[in-house]
Amino acid sequence: MRLTLERRLVPSQRAVWAGQTVAVLLAFAMGAAVLRLTGADPLAAYAVMAEGALGSLYNLSEVVVKAIPLMLCGLAVAVAARIQIWNIGGEGQLVLGGIGAAGVALFLSPHLPSAIVLPLMLAAGFLAGGLWALIPGFLRARLEVNEILTTLMLNYVAIFWLEHLYFGPWRDPMGMGFPGTAMFPDVAWLQRLPGTRIHLGLCFALLAALLLHWILSRTRWGYEIRVIGENPRAARYAGMRIDRHILWVMLVSGGLAGVAGMAEVSGIHYRLQQGLAVGYGYTGIIVGWLGRLHPGGILVVSLFIAGLLVGGDQLQAVMHLPSSVGLVLEGTLLFFVLGSDFLSRYRLRWRKEDPWTPRA
Amino acid sequence: MATTLTSMQGITKRFPGTLANDGIDLEIAPGVVHALLGENGAGKSTLMNILSGRYRPDAGEILIGGTPVRFHSPRDALRAGIGMVHQHFLLVANQTVAENVALGHKTPRAILCWSRIEDEVRRLSEAYRLPLDPRARIDELSLGQQQRVEILKLLYRQADILILDEPTAVLTPGEIDELFATLRRIAREGRSVIFITHKLEEVMEIADRITILRRGRRVADLTPADVENRRELARLMVGREVVLRVDRTPVAPGETVLELRSCSGQGDRGQRAFQRVSFAVRRGEIFAIVGVAGNGQRDLVAAITGSQRLSGGQLLVFGKPHGAGGPPPMDRIAYIPEDRAGTGSLPGLDLTDNLLLTTYPSFCRRGVFRREAARRWAEAQLDQFHVVAPSLTASARQLSGGNLQKLILARELSKGPDLIIAEQPTHGLDIGATMDVWDELLRQRARAGILLISGDLREALSLSDRIAVIFRGQLMGVFSTDDEDAIAEIGPMMAGVVQAS
Repeated sequence: MRLTLERRLVPSQRAVWAGQTVAVLLAFAMGAAVLRLTGADPLAAYAVMAEGALGSLYNLSEVVVKAIPLMLCGLAVAVAARIQIWNIGGEGQLVLGGIGAAGVALFLSPHLPSAIVLPLMLAAGFLAGGLWALIPGFLRARLEVNEILTTLMLNYVAIFWLEHLYFGPWRDPMGMGFPGTAMFPDVAWLQRLPGTRIHLGLCFALLAALLLHWILSRTRWGYEIRVIGENPRAARYAGMRIDRHILWVMLVSGGLAGVAGMAEVSGIHYRLQQGLAVGYGYTGIIVGWLGRLHPGGILVVSLFIAGLLVGGDQLQAVMHLPSSVGLVLEGTLLFFVLGSDFLSRYRLRWRKEDPWTPRA
Repeated sequence: MATTLTSMQGITKRFPGTLANDGIDLEIAPGVVHALLGENGAGKSTLMNILSGRYRPDAGEILIGGTPVRFHSPRDALRAGIGMVHQHFLLVANQTVAENVALGHKTPRAILCWSRIEDEVRRLSEAYRLPLDPRARIDELSLGQQQRVEILKLLYRQADILILDEPTAVLTPGEIDELFATLRRIAREGRSVIFITHKLEEVMEIADRITILRRGRRVADLTPADVENRRELARLMVGREVVLRVDRTPVAPGETVLELRSCSGQGDRGQRAFQRVSFAVRRGEIFAIVGVAGNGQRDLVAAITGSQRLSGGQLLVFGKPHGAGGPPPMDRIAYIPEDRAGTGSLPGLDLTDNLLLTTYPSFCRRGVFRREAARRWAEAQLDQFHVVAPSLTASARQLSGGNLQKLILARELSKGPDLIIAEQPTHGLDIGATMDVWDELLRQRARAGILLISGDLREALSLSDRIAVIFRGQLMGVFSTDDEDAIAEIGPMMAGVVQAS
């Protein structure tokens, strides 16, 4: 008997849903095993996580707060992946978006009518993130440089820039030596839902998801992206300019991550400081793929992952366990969901050795 | 060394839609260079893939010294002394020559002694005049040197039968001479060399024995001494084809839609692909370019459709010069590419998306799709061209070859084209689908000029008004298909034999 893989002509819908459910259960089982190893009671730990994420209205609102940058970074990954580009640079693009927005808030806002400060910060965030992503985009489109490496490496460059700015030239002179810029004037603050930290960035994320879905499914540009992602040779045959599309996609992808950075500085921190680059860009990769690169799926998954993050923090506070249990769950989830995705496209079969074997 | 006869008996291999090998018998004697001659698609590579253990036959037997053997994998075949050098080399690019030679070879010891392997490689490369540095990395080597590594791999494993699939395609003339000397040396030792080719002069130069395949069947088995002249060999290879009766009503030719004036072009690796090609296609006629694959047709089409640049000459589409400045007006040109699944369609997307591939601009208004209109139109196209499909939302991957080709035809012809470029339009299709495609092309002839690129002489003779033969990137002459005497010359010409007159 031999185990062989067979490609399914049509991905089985039943297998997709069954696989997805099993994958989530398996991930939690694996997480339980890890918890057990740390000496904790898995069920109690999960209860604490659930309580931390869902236990009160405020806890729930914190989940939404963390979901906002995840949504935007997940969308950034998804739009690039549609054209078969791996944008691993969401983190750096988010940071650049934050820097761009902060630049407007700190240096331009005193000279501007207050009504246009926030729109200008949004535009600056989008553009800064987008232009940052255009560097690897250009290298890929024109020189065929692998974008996985360049986007990843630029993350570190972006974070060093951020630190340079708030330790150096942009540091608040009245900040008693603390690293960080001065606080933004309040015209540069995003409105919050009273009693929570949920800010207007939620609307940006929801609008971006809607708009992206519409663009990808209903427009000429979306069709061209779909064709290029499916079969670049057919795209060239149809006369599409692949390099030009790569540049636009990278601008949009980086721009979405940049908006996440703008929303973080303008909705949460009100200044540039440590804590902007906390990994939303990387987690966005998981969100994008778990959401099957679909804007609707990404919205749902980002809430779920944000719940894991918030719950993980609670684990640390209540049970003195490492909050990285949340990260372990994230990782195992990705592993099992991608595995189940594979099985919905392929079928595993036991095969008897066929008769065409060497005769004894 | 082998002193035993290896034979294949009644080998049959079927692929979806084609019978690649049909009851083929082949005997390989030791100490012989055995040429396997035939056109592309004649079944040569399939037969050798069976002998080397990569495919399994649907029927038939392989016997070594009278004992039936069954290979489960190339490794089995190699253990029995049979190895193959494929057209696309199977080498690890970032490893050295010695590492590639040792790769997959079972040694009794867990730790490889590289100096010993390198010495052995050096010894073999000197003994067989295959100069190579065992420590060179594969990606630093030319294609000719890489081929030597592949041959060394087989010698290292002490293969008795070495199969080479079109080995001269990647070589310069000097390298070809060296290769032939090596092959003779190998044969002199009592090993057998099987040499797959479609080039007559090579066969006459190196082969001790010749087997000719055509359309999956063995049509001749002879020695060079039996061959009176190359034309006979060419005719055996290409065949004296019966023209199928197709209803070809005469159409008065109209204005010229495509004209090439002494065009030259390069392939994707910068090699010369075609030289000084001149012809014109007029509305109302089918102009066929026939030739064995790999004689420059593909690059010629790429130049006409604007995906490659000309290195010389002038290209006129609808009377306007093209070539350097941007793509030709593809909205008036239907292009049916050779590679249906890889270029002409989107296997993972649905049929609507596939039908829109080259027609979508007309369904967009200010960048937004008119989805309902596109869907209705797509439905009508499937209907009109009798594409058998589960539904519009099925993916292109689910279609059979014939239905996929009909879908591509539907899409391309819906442009109402003035020029149609059909590249191997019926390759791999069954007879029913072939007739459908032919009928459609003949119908289109009334309103468009058609350039047909085909390796199938029967198809070209059945459809076209004029035929040109392409060989090594040059047109060997243009004939009217009414000229019976000229038609007899086409087969030999496809194989590069020109009558001295």
